[in-house]
Amino acid sequence: MTPALRCVGLRMKFGDTVAVDGLDLEVERGEVFGLLGPNGAGKTTTIRMITTLLPAPPGAIQVLGRDVARQRTAVRRLIGYVPQQLSADGTLTGRENVALFARLYDVPRVGRADQVAAVLDAMDLTEVADRPSKTYSGGMVRRLELAQALVSAPQLLILDEPTVGLDPVARDGVWDKIASIRAATGMTVLVTTHAMQEADEHCERVALMHRGRIRAQGSPDELKDALGPGTTLDDVFRHHTGNALIGDNENGGMRDVRAARRTARRVG
Amino acid sequence: MSALPVAPPAASAETEPGPLALARTVASRIATTCLVELQKLRHDRTELVTRAVQPALWLLVFGQVFTRIRAIPTGSTPYLDFLAPGILAQSALFIAIFYGIQIIWERDAGVLAKLLVTPTPRIALVGAKAFAAGVRAVAQAVVVLVLALILGVHLATNPLKIIALVAALLLGSAFFCCLSITIAGLVLSRDRLMGIGQAITMPLFFASNALYPVQLMPGWLQVVNHINPLSYEVEALRGLLVGTSARLLLDFGVLLVSAIVMIVIASALLPRLARG
Ligand SMILES: Nc1ncnc2c1ncn2[C@@H]1O[C@H](COP(=O)(O)OP(=O)(O)OP(=O)(O)O)[C@@H](O)[C@H]1O
Ligand SMILES: [Mg+2]
Repeated sequence: MTPALRCVGLRMKFGDTVAVDGLDLEVERGEVFGLLGPNGAGKTTTIRMITTLLPAPPGAIQVLGRDVARQRTAVRRLIGYVPQQLSADGTLTGRENVALFARLYDVPRVGRADQVAAVLDAMDLTEVADRPSKTYSGGMVRRLELAQALVSAPQLLILDEPTVGLDPVARDGVWDKIASIRAATGMTVLVTTHAMQEADEHCERVALMHRGRIRAQGSPDELKDALGPGTTLDDVFRHHTGNALIGDNENGGMRDVRAARRTARRVG
Repeated sequence: MSALPVAPPAASAETEPGPLALARTVASRIATTCLVELQKLRHDRTELVTRAVQPALWLLVFGQVFTRIRAIPTGSTPYLDFLAPGILAQSALFIAIFYGIQIIWERDAGVLAKLLVTPTPRIALVGAKAFAAGVRAVAQAVVVLVLALILGVHLATNPLKIIALVAALLLGSAFFCCLSITIAGLVLSRDRLMGIGQAITMPLFFASNALYPVQLMPGWLQVVNHINPLSYEVEALRGLLVGTSARLLLDFGVLLVSAIVMIVIASALLPRLARG
């Protein structure tokens, strides 16, 4: 069986900045896979290439056996995507937000309303579904975005920093939902984060990314055990990046501050 | 937890869509966007009112004053009647130009990325935006026309003319919406777009026949007027609403071609916008 996702020698440059620098990655079907790395590691750029937002050369990325460069529309039908920013339309209600994506993914009219209601319910949003989403908390917006991504029944769910900017309770809520989605549908989940602790708890396999490259790959336990007892994923990360501290990247800083502010504005 | 939808057995489209499928998708996306636009309008009706303030001022102050002092000769047509279609086109222009600013906001907020990841061809996305701008313009036009009626403007009520009026507004709005998206795709930042937006909307408006007859313009302005799609929109609206002479075939021809060309250009620039 072909893997859910395969990237071979992926590269992306912005001017002089090499954002992704020869990335190889394979995500098996049905697993929750974490792409970890500090600000500016190239996680979002990688995701944007996988989701067809940035161009990738033929042969570099395959989603469930389809080449992203050649079968773009087919790939788009297979993936559900939640970007790093909180991005629901505040003037629409939760239900309208989800129904919009049901239509954009050509969910058949017969049964569409039921499908929208089902994903809203699965994300615990039934009670607030008819309120404008600008009245939602950050955690609720994230769950709404999960509902939007799920309504087309994707086979690969891609979440870019789904817990960034959320309080601990909302974070757990999001991870709970990711786990239950996987249990209910068996879909593959690719999630990026810079929270090593969260990845350790919730991902079956992880890849550590630094300056555009994968430095280590495996289950969190494998990676930690290799370094000896009592180590954390943070230690593993430092070990593989020559003691780079999280957040040590020269490029990430300002952009992340801007993104965080933007998120704060949208949530607040 | 209730049943989540599970992936369909086989993804329907394995190959890139052909022209027929593309046309179907475009139509479906336009319908969807139109629906969403109406939902947004329903949630925020105050916007219809606040956006009506400016056209109301133009009609009330400018229109009334200039009707009284008879500074602008408009033949047998009262100046206010002459002005009303121009103001209609102006309010549609301002609404449409706003869509470029909106798409940059959508880019910054991640909304555009989410839309671009759906199986929606770029041209359908832009076409849908263009149509949405038209829907808003038409909703706004209802408010402006009611106002004009109250002020005593004599308006046509022939349903065929009303349909043609809606078509002219849709086409004009599509052009200016896509012009704005195109500029957004070139300058990539909201601040720059706001500056440029203002720098072009006012000249577009003043270098058109919205406020005064073409014959009154100096020669160079008449030339600008000739290549300004807004003038063709105003001419069509004026001909339909108050019955002044209009080259309707030419007007609609220009509006249709310029709208299509602009949709194509804006679609080509959309990936650049998403990348920035
Ligand atoms: N559109 C762009 N134009 C120019 N440079 C970019 C662009 N997008 C990303 N970069 C640069 O590419 C590098 C990787 O950025 P990317 O957003 O992929 O990192 P990330 O791992 O997602 O970080 P974060 O945790 O901050 O989201 C950074 O140095 C960034 O400045
Ligand atoms: Mg990122």
